[in-house]
Amino acid sequence: MKNDKITLAHGSGGKLTHELVKQLFLPRFNNKALSQLGDSAILPIHGMRIAFTTDSYVVKPLFFPGGDIGRLAVNGTINDLAVVGAEPMFLSAGFIIEEGFELALLEKVVNSMKEAATLASVEIVTGDTKVVEKGSVDRLYVNTCGIGIVNNGINLSTSLIEIGDRIIISGTIGDHGMAVLSERESLGFNSQITSDCAPLFGTIKKILASGAHVKFMRDPTRGGLATTLNEIVNTQKNGIVIEEQAIPVNEGVRALCEILGYDPLYIANEGKVVIVVSAHDAAKVCEILKEDSLGRDAAIIGEVVIEPKGKVCLKTVIGGTRVIDMLVGDQLPRIC
Amino acid sequence: MKYIDEFRNGTIAINLSRKIDDLVRGLDTVTIMEVCGSHTMNIYRYGLKKLLPSNIRLLSGPGCPVCVTPTSYIDTAIAISQKYSQEVLITTFGDLFRAPGSTSSLEREKARGASVIVVYSTLDALEVAKNNAGKKVVFLGIGFETTTPTIAASIIEAEKRDLTNYFVLTSHKVMPPVMEALLRDKELNLDGFLCPAHVSTIIGSKPYEFIARDFHIPCVIAGFEPLDILQGIYMLLEQITRKESSVRIQYSRVAKYEGNPTALALLDRVFEPCDAEWRGLGIIPGSGLKLRNQYERFDAHTIFRISDFGFQINSAICNPQSAINGCICGDILRGVKLPADCKLFGKVCNPEHPVGACMVSSEGTCAAWYKYGEN
Repeated sequence: MKNDKITLAHGSGGKLTHELVKQLFLPRFNNKALSQLGDSAILPIHGMRIAFTTDSYVVKPLFFPGGDIGRLAVNGTINDLAVVGAEPMFLSAGFIIEEGFELALLEKVVNSMKEAATLASVEIVTGDTKVVEKGSVDRLYVNTCGIGIVNNGINLSTSLIEIGDRIIISGTIGDHGMAVLSERESLGFNSQITSDCAPLFGTIKKILASGAHVKFMRDPTRGGLATTLNEIVNTQKNGIVIEEQAIPVNEGVRALCEILGYDPLYIANEGKVVIVVSAHDAAKVCEILKEDSLGRDAAIIGEVVIEPKGKVCLKTVIGGTRVIDMLVGDQLPRIC
Repeated sequence: MKYIDEFRNGTIAINLSRKIDDLVRGLDTVTIMEVCGSHTMNIYRYGLKKLLPSNIRLLSGPGCPVCVTPTSYIDTAIAISQKYSQEVLITTFGDLFRAPGSTSSLEREKARGASVIVVYSTLDALEVAKNNAGKKVVFLGIGFETTTPTIAASIIEAEKRDLTNYFVLTSHKVMPPVMEALLRDKELNLDGFLCPAHVSTIIGSKPYEFIARDFHIPCVIAGFEPLDILQGIYMLLEQITRKESSVRIQYSRVAKYEGNPTALALLDRVFEPCDAEWRGLGIIPGSGLKLRNQYERFDAHTIFRISDFGFQINSAICNPQSAINGCICGDILRGVKLPADCKLFGKVCNPEHPVGACMVSSEGTCAAWYKYGEN
């Protein structure tokens, strides 16, 4: 039973999304910058390295604890630039609006974008507005593109990763996904779960400025930490082992995941970064993160190992081990 | 997290693992079946097999509700959504959304325009019915004794609220008869049953007594947390090594001898036993539940005249291999084959493109094998 239609699973950021990218987009658009499949493309222009990225935001609901579609659209693109080592500079903003959408809400979203851009010292310099018939989109979609400059001396690539390198996560996982889910589904839990939506550039800048031997970074958004680690490991012959006990998860997120049968490893984050760093500098990077308001719960969660090749393994809390695969489909609640 | 972390304590796990090792050292292979999909899931999720000696063989049983739901049931749900596309909203628990029928799944039908809504509880489905008075809302009622009381409650609630547009497409199953069917299977040699946790909180331990008494197979009702499972296995091994057989409750903090009388009364009020079709196992007498006559107006089978749809239901169920060429889900559900024995496993059948139901449900044996790297 092969797919002849796009299903929601193609957009989950997991295996089917990767399949779509690798089988449909990549062979047709084929070029060196795209084939890196980085969070941003890095383009050599007149002796400079320009980072360029785009992302579309279709979050539902538009407003959720800890953020809204506007803040998400700005921070998400800033983070895609920041994790490739670029200094974010300029953003574009495209709006696709459903006929009948309340103007006051649009204003609220735009104000939020302005606030997020100011906070991160980036400017929104170009844009586009389209309005479509009622029912053609679900209220409001936002697209942002961003460009930034990768400064000299910064070199990040999965090809630099070596056995023994440590894996760091900058804080608790799963907050964004569970905040949106509990708001969207009106689950009625009296929870304190808020999205971690935040711009990471300032935090990442401190790490890069410290001279620590950072090999690679990625923000674990859709598909969560598990999918990001698989993306990293897929590009090389080494494996990754992480310790379940070391991975920070907020109590509220853990509880909601337990109830609904979700695994926090696969839940989206919007203000976290995974850092692969040399063993020697891991503690230093962790300390820098802990002093930053966005990295207080940072932890070294694992390391790059020889075996099993090309796989991510988890040492469970009770001392067992299991393989962590990419997200397949959307995580769905179990029924018993 | 309180009351959870205590049951995931690494030090106690290692101690239990050593005690288990001491008990079975020198023995031949001991085969234990964990009947329930949640046990299977957590055995893999916590890497428990690595804590057990190699002469303990754990088999997954038919306790994943999606896995044992026959192809024809999915086909029926899809047929309702197509035939009555203008007037019907299908509501379902998430797991069933991706389960393959003979030619399609609800997920694919949704992409083609069918109205399918994933809900978290039967009460959500009632809300959908309330908010869509002009539509017929069909809830896909599958599951074991754990889930069925909530469906019974939804029907009583619908009656109370005078909701006339809420219907259930029932395919409910009960656990003890299928365990008996497995014991009568000559191909399967079991030494013990790890009985389901949540099902047993409803039915209690009494319904398993015939297994220990008539078949001399020890049973332990174990919780789903890793320490529960390890202790459950230990309690089984104690009986096996002493050549005893009784039903013991490890999950005593919730499961009781008499079960949950309120839930059982609710079940009995709304449902009555019937024969049921199990994917891969065929028809097992008395293994299902159907709506009692007085609740017939909530029964999607009656309302949509499903008997007129013209499906060849029985032939597909009794011989699943003919329904899906090469798929051995049936043998895997019976515990006589492993996913590795299937030529489709990991190749044409994977979680992105599941062929059989054991791959689609997160609690299916094939999905657990694939996800946690036994492939």
